Amino acid sequence: MDGSRTNARQMTFAEKFRSRKVQRYLVIVTFMFVPLLLLLVFTYVPFAKMVQFSFYDMKYIGAKTYVGLKNYIDVFKRSDIFGSLFVSVYYMGGAVLQLALALFFATMMVFKVKGESVFKAAMFFPYLVCGIAVGFIFKFFYARGFVLDTILQALGMDIDNIPLWLQNQKINNFSLVATSVWRYTGQNMVLFLGAMMSVDTDLYEAASLDGANKWHQFRYIIMPSIKSIIVLNLVLSISGSLSAFEPPYVITNGQMGTGTYFVIMNRLAHENQRVGLACAMAIVLLVIIIICTVAQKLFFKYAFNDGTEDESKAAVRRKKREAKKKGGA
Amino acid sequence: MTAKMKAGSIIFSILKYLSLILASLIAIIPVVVCVLTAFKTNDEYAASSVLDLPKSFANFENFSIAIEKANMLRGFLNTGIVLVVVLIVSVLTGSMLAYVLNRFKFPGRGAVESLFLFASLLPGIAMQVTIYQIMYSLNLINHLYGYMIVLMGTDIISIYIFLQFFENLSVSLDESAIMDGCTYFGVFFKILFPLLKPAIVTSLVLKGVSVYNEYYASSLYLTKPELKTISTALYTFTGPYGNQYNYICAGVLITIIPILIFFLVFQKQVYSGMAAGAVKG
Repeated sequence: MDGSRTNARQMTFAEKFRSRKVQRYLVIVTFMFVPLLLLLVFTYVPFAKMVQFSFYDMKYIGAKTYVGLKNYIDVFKRSDIFGSLFVSVYYMGGAVLQLALALFFATMMVFKVKGESVFKAAMFFPYLVCGIAVGFIFKFFYARGFVLDTILQALGMDIDNIPLWLQNQKINNFSLVATSVWRYTGQNMVLFLGAMMSVDTDLYEAASLDGANKWHQFRYIIMPSIKSIIVLNLVLSISGSLSAFEPPYVITNGQMGTGTYFVIMNRLAHENQRVGLACAMAIVLLVIIIICTVAQKLFFKYAFNDGTEDESKAAVRRKKREAKKKGGA
Repeated sequence: MTAKMKAGSIIFSILKYLSLILASLIAIIPVVVCVLTAFKTNDEYAASSVLDLPKSFANFENFSIAIEKANMLRGFLNTGIVLVVVLIVSVLTGSMLAYVLNRFKFPGRGAVESLFLFASLLPGIAMQVTIYQIMYSLNLINHLYGYMIVLMGTDIISIYIFLQFFENLSVSLDESAIMDGCTYFGVFFKILFPLLKPAIVTSLVLKGVSVYNEYYASSLYLTKPELKTISTALYTFTGPYGNQYNYICAGVLITIIPILIFFLVFQKQVYSGMAAGAVKG
């Protein structure tokens, strides 16, 4: 009787196991099917096509001609595309300024501020405004005789001394970069503030009781807690500055030397239908992004040690100990 | 505290508040000027300085003109439909995929994870050059569902957020449920899914903001006037009304107001969503 009972139990267990296995398989397949299909159709097929098209002279419809590396050479030879790489340098400069400002204001807010939530909300809100609206807001802001000119005149400047913010090729890129600083500073600040707040706030009080001034608190308590997020943002700002699109698209449509990489790419791909050339541009951008990502990973690995420092130290100590033992014996 | 230190901390306080007030002003002035302009009649707009207050804040004429000219109500309807469908599907597919990738070991799991990881590096607008061709051959252009499918297909953020969240969700929950005879589907839908609430909120916030503000794909794949979303509807102001900023400002405000209300109500979730989305970079 005892034996049959264990037998029955084993049977059900085997059955259960078998059905578990089938179930497992079902779950894996059904849960992954949709996302994987979408990933394939909208990421990897287009990616493969992009690589393929970049070697052709072609439009969306019609004949293709194989041109080898000509499109890639054109990316660096055509003045409009190469110029747009130069324009993105302005945006990188803007990104550095924006990170510095964000860091400054986040630090100000870590030290107790009355009405913190109001300041934070006011500065963060531009991030939520859609790119097209940002474009219109600043087209209006910079237009001759409108917002900025009026403010400057109210402050006593003469209209003749005020430059044309969007037409003057010496400054129009600065004007456009300012819109992206306006848009993203608050968001960066919120990120930094989040990282800073993860430090125990008692630490600040203890430090100030010990006579540490604000600079010391910044240098020794705040900085270490956010250095990785700063580096991450610096790296992201490189691909971000190549990806600037909506505000220059609405405000100047890339005229007068303000065409960013994406504005030019959009024009080539969808207005001039130079699909092959646009694909080559995309691949060049991807290579830049990959280089940045790898550089960032390496930087984290070697500059911040990523927690491996202690292990390597332990290994060194172990070796020394072994050497000592050998020496003793 | 010595007198010198006290003086120093007072100066610091003054600088702190001055800089914060200045920055907040710079952040809101461009929008405030838009508010002033949106309430001005055509005559007022032509005659007054942009910084002058409008005669009346009850003049909603520009708003109704903007809504009518740019067909913004239709834009809101389309954006609303897209938002609901895309958010629901993204949360479901993202959390289900994360569940499988986090809880099961199977051949090819690492490969799938790397495929998603690499996809996040591909630059968005650049990809549309060839996605456009695929949309064309699948006959998905100028259909609202085609646009929705693109937005779901290029969604990597929510997958990351769910993957991260599963890391910190104890496996013992699954195990005890399975002991009780629960199926894997049951474990996911009955036990785990309700626990994902914080991750769901985060991904709704991030994805919601990006879908509401999305312009580029919408401009490519929804070109018929009746299919315009709110941001492409707003873009129509670049045409014939290029210099009638009292209309444009009204249009801008109409697109901003819903997201402003959303932000004021869900401030905390928006901030924490930002932080969570930033971790992976």
